[in-house]
Amino acid sequence: MDLTITALLAQDGITNGAIYALLALALVLVFAVTRVIWIPSGEFVAYGTLTLAGLQLGKSPGTIGLLVGMAIVAGAIEAWSCFAHGQTRALPRRLLLWTAAPLAIAGLVHWLAPLQPPFAVQIALALAAVTALGPLLYRIVYQPLAEASVLVLLIVSVAVHLALTGLGLWFFGAEGSRTPPFSSESFRVGEVIVSAQSILVVLSSLLLILALYFFFGRTLYGKALRATALNRVGARLVGISPNLAGALTFSLATLLCAFSGVLIGPITTVYYDSGFLVSLKGFVGAIIGGLASYPLAAVGALLVGLLESFSSFWASAFKEVIVFTLIIPVLLWRSLTAHHHEEEE
Amino acid sequence: MKALARVSMGPAAFAAIVVLLAIVPLTMPPFWVTLGNYIGLYSIVALGLVLLTGVAGQTSFGQAAFVGLGAYTTAYLTTRYGTSPWLTLPIGLVITFAVALFLGFITLRMRGHYLPLATIAWGISLSLLFGNLDFLGGHTGLTGIPPLALPGFELKSERHFYYLIWAIALCALWASSNLLDSRPGRAIRALKGGLEMVEAFGVDAARLKIVVFVYAGLLACVSGWLYAHLQRFVNPSPFGIHQGIEYLFMAVVGGAGSVWGAVVGATLITLLKQWLQDLLPHILGRAGNFEIVVFGVLMVLLLQRAREGVWPWLERLLPKRASPPVPDAPALPVRRKTAGEGARLEVDAARKQFGGLVAVNDLSFEIRPGEILGLIGPNGAGKTTMFNLISGALRLTAGDVRFCGASIGGRQPYEIARLGIGRTFQHVKLIGSMSVLDNVALGAYLRSEAGVLRAALKLDRAEEARIKAEAARQIARCRLDAHTFDAAGSLALGRQRIVEIARALAADPLLLLLDEPAAGLRYLEKQELAALLRSVRADGMTILLVDHDMDFVMGLTDRLVVMGFGEKLAEGLPAEIQKNPVVLEAYLGGIE
Repeated sequence: MDLTITALLAQDGITNGAIYALLALALVLVFAVTRVIWIPSGEFVAYGTLTLAGLQLGKSPGTIGLLVGMAIVAGAIEAWSCFAHGQTRALPRRLLLWTAAPLAIAGLVHWLAPLQPPFAVQIALALAAVTALGPLLYRIVYQPLAEASVLVLLIVSVAVHLALTGLGLWFFGAEGSRTPPFSSESFRVGEVIVSAQSILVVLSSLLLILALYFFFGRTLYGKALRATALNRVGARLVGISPNLAGALTFSLATLLCAFSGVLIGPITTVYYDSGFLVSLKGFVGAIIGGLASYPLAAVGALLVGLLESFSSFWASAFKEVIVFTLIIPVLLWRSLTAHHHEEEE
Repeated sequence: MKALARVSMGPAAFAAIVVLLAIVPLTMPPFWVTLGNYIGLYSIVALGLVLLTGVAGQTSFGQAAFVGLGAYTTAYLTTRYGTSPWLTLPIGLVITFAVALFLGFITLRMRGHYLPLATIAWGISLSLLFGNLDFLGGHTGLTGIPPLALPGFELKSERHFYYLIWAIALCALWASSNLLDSRPGRAIRALKGGLEMVEAFGVDAARLKIVVFVYAGLLACVSGWLYAHLQRFVNPSPFGIHQGIEYLFMAVVGGAGSVWGAVVGATLITLLKQWLQDLLPHILGRAGNFEIVVFGVLMVLLLQRAREGVWPWLERLLPKRASPPVPDAPALPVRRKTAGEGARLEVDAARKQFGGLVAVNDLSFEIRPGEILGLIGPNGAGKTTMFNLISGALRLTAGDVRFCGASIGGRQPYEIARLGIGRTFQHVKLIGSMSVLDNVALGAYLRSEAGVLRAALKLDRAEEARIKAEAARQIARCRLDAHTFDAAGSLALGRQRIVEIARALAADPLLLLLDEPAAGLRYLEKQELAALLRSVRADGMTILLVDHDMDFVMGLTDRLVVMGFGEKLAEGLPAEIQKNPVVLEAYLGGIE
């Protein structure tokens, strides 16, 4: 293995690692605020790629059907809960939020798709369509279970993962898709060729991470989310709605996932069920950060990317096995250094 | 809620099930026998998950990988080396034991939900490994596995195999339901009540969770061994992560709190899958595993609406059995209460800081053998923090606590419990779905020793009778006999506090720590409690009492320690404390 190959593998590893880092951040964020171990995050990555791929072909993407369906279900649930609690006056506002808004996004994407807008607009549409699914999923599945144990929420997440995979097959079909790169240029840095695409991926990941940092450090909503993460009851007492926090968190996390999908599309062919393994790699990164630390999770994800890239060179058949086995030494180290567990939940 | 989840069903219902199972191969067409075989195999795996998920509150998505471990071990050894299948079973079990122990060790001693995540990684890795290792046949797998054979008889037909599978499944059900109704089983069921509670009775919670995980893994391995010899070939696909998820669904659908839930869940999921795989391609006009959408949505609805699964509904249809009275049995070993000279407990400059807040500030006091010491003080004085420092629930920042002369500062709660310190909780920690008898019997955990194996094989009955009798005695002593078989959660809060005292007494401690035992009691009940505690003292037990109720404390205690803002304000006889100006100021804000 000479320097050129090493550099190439490192570049691949860092590019993938940057994408896993976005996912790891989304996973830590969701876990911290809602205690949901968000296994289905990978499906939104796949949806992101496949939606963009659909728009590329000038077709209305499969996401639209899903969005319409979930908006109707969410509307029905809201209507039911308003009537059951005698809050009929709140209904129009809630329907506007949970049904009309997602339907408007679906309509917009459906209308613009055949017009083949510029690439940047296509990306924005794809992100909007997929991101709108996040809060709907929270409203339909997780909000009624907000008080359940982490264990129940985890099993629910796995169930959601299964359902979304099957729905992905229904809405997007079994064929894989790739999306065009943002840029096909490359530079020479000494002996090494660096593609502009890789630089763009790493830069946009960094930018998003900084944006998150700013959001949580400086804005009121960000601080409210952090407060909810630390103490749900306490947050409620000072007027932060846990439902709002949950929906907001899911929007943000889904956006991160969909964006990862847009970034990963030019690198690898994505199928309806590709997301699971991608999200699990994000999880390995997140576990390295103890499901709690954002910077450690990002570093862990980068490590996963590098390990994957180098093991695909040395032992490509065992690439995934090696990546997932990485959590064994990590857990071993954590368990040997961890203090005695204090009370759970 | 008075109805109790019974862990076993009556002999009549059990016999009916056995007969029903036995006639399936005699009367049904081959298709149903095959289905019956699979349901049996799945039930064995789901049973392990019922114990792990429904009872111990942990979970695994990697059970399919353990099934694969059992299947591939026997497949490889029998085809490559011609090893007897009867030998490959123990070999597979040993391998599974080692893997499960290792996975459990690195995940279950930590807070949080690392086991399920680790089992997802393990489940994916192992099936990928099976598919990529040439000596295991890669993705095509291994063929030509010999049938199971007894001397002069080969189990080649599915009908014969059916009896073997179900004999093993029923044995596993029997052993598991024995286990749940035993000393270790009570501790496993109590894990849901929080680690702090079980550890206060000497249970090493992390170790117990690992034991349950290993047990579940071993059951899965047996199922895999059977599968390999039923199919006579193996390939990686049935051991992947999605099958692992399906096993968990079986346990949840059936009802993760009862061993029979495993069979019900395995049956329902298997039949539903069969039906959906026929139906959905017709409706949708496309092939594909769309049944996972239905499964996914079904699971979400079930967990939102009926988290207990299907079994509790079926159980209501079974005839109710009255609980038999607890038979008398010889007493459990009792500790000697007259242990030597000096203080029973010495608190020596104990200090606890939470960040910048000093909750307990270099506090020192001692408790003498056979006395009732009251620890009082206004709200926020640090009483409960001090209490938790003694019981080991919190760690000292500085200073020391000595029990019978030996330092216990920095020890784990279950080690402290072993030395002879019993406690109750300020916020009642009982297992609401367990009977008062079982809750109190948990207290006697340290006075008995039956392990998982003895319990599963029902060899623990003599000791179990002594535990139950002891629990019944403590219940009677606390005047709760009318509620012996009621669900603990159905009692009024004040009564539940008394159940906690009975549970602590069942541990036969040298020192009893009571955190606000009188809260929520009515006047007469308080008097009864005071009489009970006096009789406990007369038996030689030492008591530390934390409470707010001045009348109760003044009338009962021998001496008092008064705390304020983490420091000791005063110490002395109740009559002295009542006149102490510093105490009066702390309580009443001073008289200007």
